[in-house]
Amino acid sequence: MAPVLIIFYVLAAITLASAFLTIYSRNPIHSAIYLVICMVSIMGHYLLFNAQFLALVQLIVYAGAIMVLFLFTIMLMNLNKEDEVHKPRITRLGAITVLVLLSTVLLLLFRHSKPFFGDYAPIEGDFQSIKKLGTVLLDNKDGFMVPFEFTSVLLLVAMIGAVLLSKKEKQTK
Amino acid sequence: MESAFIIEKSIFIVVIFAFTMIMAMYSTWAERKVAAFLQDRVGPNRAGWGGLLQPLADGMKLFAKEEFEPDTKNRFLFFVGPAIAMSTALMTSAVIPWGDKLHLFGRDIILQATDIDVSLLYIFGIVSVGVYGIMIGGWASNNKFSLMGAVRAASQMVSYEVAMGLSIIALLMMTGTLSLKEISAQQTGFHWNVFYQPLSFLIFLICAFAETNRTPFDLAECESELIGGYHTEYSSMKMGFYLFAEYANMFISSTIISILFFGGYNYPGMGWALEHWGVNVANSIGIAALFVKLCFFIFFFMWIRWTIPRFRYDQLMNLGWKILIPLGIANIIITGICILVFK
Repeated sequence: MAPVLIIFYVLAAITLASAFLTIYSRNPIHSAIYLVICMVSIMGHYLLFNAQFLALVQLIVYAGAIMVLFLFTIMLMNLNKEDEVHKPRITRLGAITVLVLLSTVLLLLFRHSKPFFGDYAPIEGDFQSIKKLGTVLLDNKDGFMVPFEFTSVLLLVAMIGAVLLSKKEKQTK
Repeated sequence: MESAFIIEKSIFIVVIFAFTMIMAMYSTWAERKVAAFLQDRVGPNRAGWGGLLQPLADGMKLFAKEEFEPDTKNRFLFFVGPAIAMSTALMTSAVIPWGDKLHLFGRDIILQATDIDVSLLYIFGIVSVGVYGIMIGGWASNNKFSLMGAVRAASQMVSYEVAMGLSIIALLMMTGTLSLKEISAQQTGFHWNVFYQPLSFLIFLICAFAETNRTPFDLAECESELIGGYHTEYSSMKMGFYLFAEYANMFISSTIISILFFGGYNYPGMGWALEHWGVNVANSIGIAALFVKLCFFIFFFMWIRWTIPRFRYDQLMNLGWKILIPLGIANIIITGICILVFK
């Protein structure tokens, strides 16, 4: 077996196991930490594709920023058994429906997906440098300039909305 | 890959590791000496000449102390906390260019463990993961005070990471590369970035203080009064790992400041030395120049610690979010305009 393949299988095992444990651990903090491990292992997958920039952005954004804030919130919340909200039956029914639908989608996806190695062939050229990424992302003519800007506006709107919502709550109290 | 290359890199990595350790060790000694100097005292002077063996004695003491563990359900996380703090502190040194190159045994030896294209982002990534060490340590202590301390320290680090990133973006717009090796090479001939980006340097310096939890931002760990997350329950060498990681971080951030803004291994007259004295001598002086610069910044860290009182927590957050971040954004805009006008 090629070394790359071995690394891939080990990484994939870590990713899947940590994702599974995220859902199955009883302690929310443990869940969050497993999710961090999952994010970091996905960084490894990006590195296998030789996408260094993407890998490091994954590390900075997900592991370094989002998950830290997650952990923050969970650590400060009171997550005792007694305070748990009783979930009505409709929620459970909804959860089961979502699970069934999701597994159908995943099943169909897996049936039609291509294997990781085999049909794909590496294309010549440097696709990992930030210069290339910058031109692809922000070029006026054949780049993704307009969608990129729209995405950033979308994020800005979400951010302002979150701030506004939290401010409003304070005033009414 | 040829075996000589692997051996060369392995030796280099071990040397850098040992060097980082020794620097961190002697930073603790230097810290006490500088404090003593600023307060008109003598400082440690019993173990060895001028107290030079003091760090070793401290290490021995930490090893010999009783290993106390709190009654916690998360014994594993309690172990992992200091391990994360220490390993993230050591990992950043992998991409630092300590010099240009040496010509030994008929080979060109690049004085950098690895030259990845996005080394600056790599450092940011590792630094942002370093927060977990403090957070997990504080939480696994199973103690409400530790948890509050950990959250306080982590929120400080996360807040200042934002401003740090913004200050770097202005620098990157000018250099056009994320590789530390190229950034060093661009500053040859006294074109140090600090002359072109003084504001960026100032923001970066302040954020480096906050990231390493040094005074005036050491609310996370003011040692005696405002206890940080890990100070309450950790003991023996686990505690030592946290403290050691702080000094290793200080060493690394001093190095990064010297590389990004003060020319790295460049020194005035390097071109002349390269011509007249050859590659080896000129670049050895380069390594020494980088060493002198980073030692100055380590001294600067200590100098500030024993001169300026610490901020109140709300002042700290105000400075981070309401002053440094807008300043960083303004700096980016000004840099953009200057690039458009002058190029």
